[in-house]
Amino acid sequence: MALHTDRVFESQLVQLRTAVLEMGGLVEDQIAQAMRALLERDAPLAHTVIQRDHVVNRFDVEIDDLSLKLLALHQPAARDLRLITTALKITTDLERIGDLAANIAERAIELAAEPPLRPAVDLPRLASLASGMVHGSLDAFVREDVALSLEVCASDDTIDGLHAQLVHSLVSTMAADASTIERAMRVLFVSKCLERIADHATNIAEMVIFMVKGRSIRHLDTVPREL
Amino acid sequence: MQAALSFDSPIKIQVHDLSVRYGATLALDRVTLEIPERRVTALIGPSGCGKSTFLRCLNRMNDTIRNVTISGRVQVDGEDLYGEQIDPVVVRRRIGMVFQKSNPFPKSIFENVAYGPRIHGLRDIVALREIVERSLRQAALWNEVHDRLDASALDLSGGQQQRLCIARALAVEPEILLMDEPASALDPLATAKIEELIQELKRDYTIVIVTHNMQQAARVSDYTAYFYLGRLVEFGPTEVLFTNPQKPETEDYITGRFG
Repeated sequence: MALHTDRVFESQLVQLRTAVLEMGGLVEDQIAQAMRALLERDAPLAHTVIQRDHVVNRFDVEIDDLSLKLLALHQPAARDLRLITTALKITTDLERIGDLAANIAERAIELAAEPPLRPAVDLPRLASLASGMVHGSLDAFVREDVALSLEVCASDDTIDGLHAQLVHSLVSTMAADASTIERAMRVLFVSKCLERIADHATNIAEMVIFMVKGRSIRHLDTVPREL
Repeated sequence: MQAALSFDSPIKIQVHDLSVRYGATLALDRVTLEIPERRVTALIGPSGCGKSTFLRCLNRMNDTIRNVTISGRVQVDGEDLYGEQIDPVVVRRRIGMVFQKSNPFPKSIFENVAYGPRIHGLRDIVALREIVERSLRQAALWNEVHDRLDASALDLSGGQQQRLCIARALAVEPEILLMDEPASALDPLATAKIEELIQELKRDYTIVIVTHNMQQAARVSDYTAYFYLGRLVEFGPTEVLFTNPQKPETEDYITGRFG
């Protein structure tokens, strides 16, 4: 791809792409730290995650500002236009993922103050899958990789399946011992957050496909295998 | 070179394998293109890409240039524009043209618009008045000049002069209007008026416009053709060409990755 004749525009597009990636990296770390706080019952770490959410929010605002500036001043077309509109939408998803990480951290604080609950469920596996989808969608964004985006979209079903299993087993736990209800509800909430994170990662991957191909695959009943 | 597009209106102009040489220079290289009726088709591309040459072929304006060789076919409503029995004067009545620089005659506003019908033999002053009023209204100039039709056209502002030239072109009731950079010498407000006028005019006329201003092409046209080095690179619905062009060369040009 040739460079823009307009150097300022070129460098601002690079700046936009970099900001999205920085925000993505931060959000991934938020998920990782929130899960660590939950599993290691580390309330101070959970507080750090909650406090750091405002940095994620600031990225959201800054990327919006930069995108609007680029739209207004350079009247971008074609792939540039698609990059900028994609950045605008991706940041909304990243910001929500950030909120969900903070929600997990809040549950981690509550759970750390209560006796441990040992559910027969694999929360760490769910977390690593969800976080892997976020990572994959951002990788696809950087590399403009449609195949990887489709892979991310396809893995959403696995997450939904795991979440359903988890709900089922937590319901059994609560039915067997009413004293677990409060804690089990919190764990359930964490699982729901992870499932939502995967949904947002899917949105990002879909937007990447739009960015690269100019075609929308959103709201289709099945994920196409290739484009 | 390109799969046929499906238009939402009938085809008005059919261009097949059109090449133009000025002496030894190939200005247009085997262009095949169909232009739909009552739509705005924009021709874009860097200077020297052949877009103006192409436009001028559509009303045989290139005939007047020495050393020009034109091959291929241009048909309007299925009729060959370069056929032996075709009178170029009749062609230019059916196909009007507006240029980059407004060029009113040093006459009154009325006489500028009445000029075409007059040279085509109309003498009836009542009919001429009707044509002048209708044309000025169509060109969105009537309200500004109706009380001073005898004033010199040269006293009008640049934007008004350009709309007067459009009125003059409309006075002979053409079917097609060719515009070569019609707003490039105008300020943004006058440009906006011309662009609004183009939207009005496409109800009755087939419009082909050459523009260097890509945002203008994006705003006013239904279809866009991108020319480069005398070739037609890509032709398609404007919204597709500006959001998701199919050819990398088009993409580079419209995103400013060029030169």
